[in-house]
Amino acid sequence: MAVAHGVAAGIGGMRAAGDLVARMQVSKGMRLKPAKEYVANKLGISVQDIADPVVMSEVREDLDLGRVNAVPGAAKGIDAKFRIAEVLDIEINSVNLFKKRTGIKS
Amino acid sequence: MAKYATRMGDGFRVEMTEDDMRRDIEQGTQDAARRGKINALSDDHLKYLLEIFKSPDRSVGVERGKEVVLSYDSGTTKFNRCNVSVSKIQSLQIYERLMGSDMLELAHIDYSFKPVKPIVVFEQPILEQALLMTIPPLFYGAMPNLGLYSQPDGPCVNPGDLLPKGKIAEARASYEEQIEHAVKDMVYVAGRMYEAGADGINFDTTGAAGDAEFYATLKAIETLKKKYPAMCVQMGMASEFVLGMHGELYYDGVRLAGLYPHKQLELAQKVGVSIYGPAINIVTNKSLPWNLARSVTFVKACTDTAQIPIHGCVGMGVCGVPLTLSVPIDALTRASKALVDITQLDGL
Repeated sequence: MAVAHGVAAGIGGMRAAGDLVARMQVSKGMRLKPAKEYVANKLGISVQDIADPVVMSEVREDLDLGRVNAVPGAAKGIDAKFRIAEVLDIEINSVNLFKKRTGIKS
Repeated sequence: MAKYATRMGDGFRVEMTEDDMRRDIEQGTQDAARRGKINALSDDHLKYLLEIFKSPDRSVGVERGKEVVLSYDSGTTKFNRCNVSVSKIQSLQIYERLMGSDMLELAHIDYSFKPVKPIVVFEQPILEQALLMTIPPLFYGAMPNLGLYSQPDGPCVNPGDLLPKGKIAEARASYEEQIEHAVKDMVYVAGRMYEAGADGINFDTTGAAGDAEFYATLKAIETLKKKYPAMCVQMGMASEFVLGMHGELYYDGVRLAGLYPHKQLELAQKVGVSIYGPAINIVTNKSLPWNLARSVTFVKACTDTAQIPIHGCVGMGVCGVPLTLSVPIDALTRASKALVDITQLDGL
């Protein structure tokens, strides 16, 4: 079911900017259209590029927001979320917790 | 006359003429409009639905540019239920990297808040480790599942035993006692998982046990949002209609029994729910055109007025998807497309 939904209607998660649009719904309660516009604006792309894996692959590489393929040295987990919080200018619970636990100052 | 392949609500294939499908679509939307006292779909939307069902393609999809966010209830239990031996964290990585999920959800295999309470200390480190390794928003999810609080599974007298004896007052008292237990458990588990770093908490199948469960969930969310104002709360419903098992429960002056999705949404927004998921039940002896038209009508009444994102519960037996364990791709993708294109859903 998950795969069928993904093919039929999904933005594509980390293949594109789906997780980033989701972040705007989660952290700011944005509905879909403003969430896509916000992310597109922050990334310097068009709204049409949001679901485009070719464009987003390069954007995610340039901004180090995490990619599907295992690339040495690229952000992969909490480090990618640090980058996402900074680029999208949002608070991420696990990022703030990590900072608190490691003594990193905001 | 040409016939088109479609299915019934139970998933079995059937062939229908264009006139039959058109009639079912019109009747489906009228059924929803009458029950919910909402607008039926416009002629344009009805024609659009008909064209989706006339398409000979196995799989259909939304137009480019209209893609939505996909969230997954009970994510980590799905692989185990199919006998695939992966850990919870491996499940999350599969969703994240191989299935294009926009949001992730960690869950206990016994997917209710009550059984998580004694093992929450074991769930927290899994979540903490998963948060270090994954990138999309990661929620913790469970069901309120009020039924677990009555005997033999819980401490309260079972209202199912009291009601047939005409002991209505006693049954209501039992529901009220169950609510207290359920609220405590939900607040405790959700709070601990949020403090462990979860991006949000999902209350899945809310209202499955009726108005008492819906009330308990609203009270739990109200409490949680006061303590954690930044917590993202996702509330997915169990059905289109809140059953009046208690019958006399009110929240903020609104009686809960009998509420349809657009009214459920109003209360959800009041208590601070961040993402709301309507669930419209399949009628198994009606066709998918009838069921989907009905679902789209109810969901559109939500998306037209919502101030928060709406993620339709488009799964087995809800929102136009047949009630079957193995969901046919032709049915599922038609439900996805119709709901997104017509209602402008924010997610599925």
